[in-house]
Amino acid sequence: MVDYKALQDIATTIRRDIIEMLHAAGSGHPGGSLSAADILTVLYFHEMKIDPQNPKWEDRDRFVLSKGHAAPVLYAALAEKGFFPKAELGKLRKVDAMLQGHPDMKGTPGVEMSTGSLGQGFSASLGMALAAKLDHKASRVYTLLGDGELQEGLVWEAAMAAAHFKLDNLTAFIDLNGLQIDGPNEVVMGVAPVADKFRAFGWHVVEIDGHKLEEIVAAIEKAKETKLKPTLILAHTVKGKGVSFMENAVGWHGNAPKKEDADKALAELGGAR
Amino acid sequence: MTKAVATRDAYGEALLEVGKKYDNVVVLDADLSKSTKTYDFSKTYPERFFNVGIAEQNLIGISAGLAASGKIPFASTFAMFASGRAFEIIRNSLAYPKLNVKVCATHAGITVGEDGASHQSLEDIACMRAIPNMTVIVPADGVETKAAIHAIAEYHGPVYVRLGRSAVPTINDENSYKFEIGKGVVLKEGKDVTIVATGIMVSKALEAAEALAAEGINAEVVNIHTIKPIDKELIAATAKKTGAIVTAEEHNVVGGLGSAVAEVVVESSPVPMRKVGTMDTFGESGKPEELLTKYNLTAAAIAEAVREVLKQKK
Repeated sequence: MVDYKALQDIATTIRRDIIEMLHAAGSGHPGGSLSAADILTVLYFHEMKIDPQNPKWEDRDRFVLSKGHAAPVLYAALAEKGFFPKAELGKLRKVDAMLQGHPDMKGTPGVEMSTGSLGQGFSASLGMALAAKLDHKASRVYTLLGDGELQEGLVWEAAMAAAHFKLDNLTAFIDLNGLQIDGPNEVVMGVAPVADKFRAFGWHVVEIDGHKLEEIVAAIEKAKETKLKPTLILAHTVKGKGVSFMENAVGWHGNAPKKEDADKALAELGGAR
Repeated sequence: MTKAVATRDAYGEALLEVGKKYDNVVVLDADLSKSTKTYDFSKTYPERFFNVGIAEQNLIGISAGLAASGKIPFASTFAMFASGRAFEIIRNSLAYPKLNVKVCATHAGITVGEDGASHQSLEDIACMRAIPNMTVIVPADGVETKAAIHAIAEYHGPVYVRLGRSAVPTINDENSYKFEIGKGVVLKEGKDVTIVATGIMVSKALEAAEALAAEGINAEVVNIHTIKPIDKELIAATAKKTGAIVTAEEHNVVGGLGSAVAEVVVESSPVPMRKVGTMDTFGESGKPEELLTKYNLTAAAIAEAVREVLKQKK
């Protein structure tokens, strides 16, 4: 049985860490970090076979944050899991710190790919899935893309190739929160219908509420049962989820909360620390 | 000099050798396997070959992921698309995380010939050497190509190898040639001037030196096969020794070998220099030999540059 209460608590802790580290950093991306917190919680604390004591364990599952600007949610999950001390979170984006503004695989234990330039993490995740197939390993590869990221041409090169190579060990999440820097996706450059597009590209597609832990768990199970096709989990999410004044507010894509806003956010997420 | 071989052909043969030697060598191509010569590898080791279709960004991105999982990917397409279209993927997904991917780009330079300017990469050395962590290698002949491919398979890190379409004279001895990444080769000792060449211009530099000898000019000829990391010691020493340098490359004079050599010379032993290369211009369609002549990428052009630079030598 999955302990959803425990997972929910972890998701809340991750959200609090996101707010605290972005406030300390003074810059960064809260909206898209908060919207992905539940997905990363399920991956890191329920699903993936990983070992924080041995981050390069060959048989591990892998997660690639293709939407690299959501680094805070990844760092919060990795620290909570024990890949590095939580004290590192307070140094995010500061000179000489381990935690870079976007993920750096060379410097940060548990980060599987250096990302930040959109589309590239997705493409790299195909290489990891191919390597696992070549080596007859049961490792699974997970990646998370933003919805605005779908506007990158490389995403569609990779989508075509993943189906062509029958990468059923690859599962891609799309954090469909509907907003990007300049406004709603459908105003800036329409990405809909995402599910139809990926189905047409040969993917198995599952649509879920990206904040319902049970749905995330069930979707991953469906992905694991699917043979000869990669699975896309289209996660309908709310940008800024969990902090009322950040929810669906495009202004919180790339702005760090100042003290007053951080305090308000932390109060909503279970009281000040 | 013995038979002429295109460096891409030597690359194809070398791939079979390193493929046999290392189980974790994988080869990727973007619908050009018969041109880049990865085709034989694809037939010999089909399970370790991936054709990604006409998608050069994905070619590099997938290679990055394979390398992150312990493979040694050799990724091939034309130099134009590898260094140009996929530039940023090479920069961010290979070089920044120092992943062990070998980008082996063929059909570099103006000797692509008839396909014309859109396919003649004359900027790739400049682009690739500007990226931190990159190693940039431009073999002069088939022998050097094979040796380089073996060397980079053993070296851990991202490498860009620039290969050509057309056959070039073999100047190195297959049995005795030793290749070391980052170490230039003095092919001929001299005292009046140094010709520093790379790639297909190395054999032309030797020809030029022969012609100059008849005029009483004793030219040193240096093959810089590794543009990055460049052999600073050798370049500084030869500049000091001869007091004048001419560089020769099948590449734009902006940012390529000539610039790399000048960067070393000005900081060590400043001497007069001339650069032979394409003069900040695009190419055009034509037979490779015709284009080399039209764009002054010949032994005669090198010899002329030597005569010019000697006028300036103190």
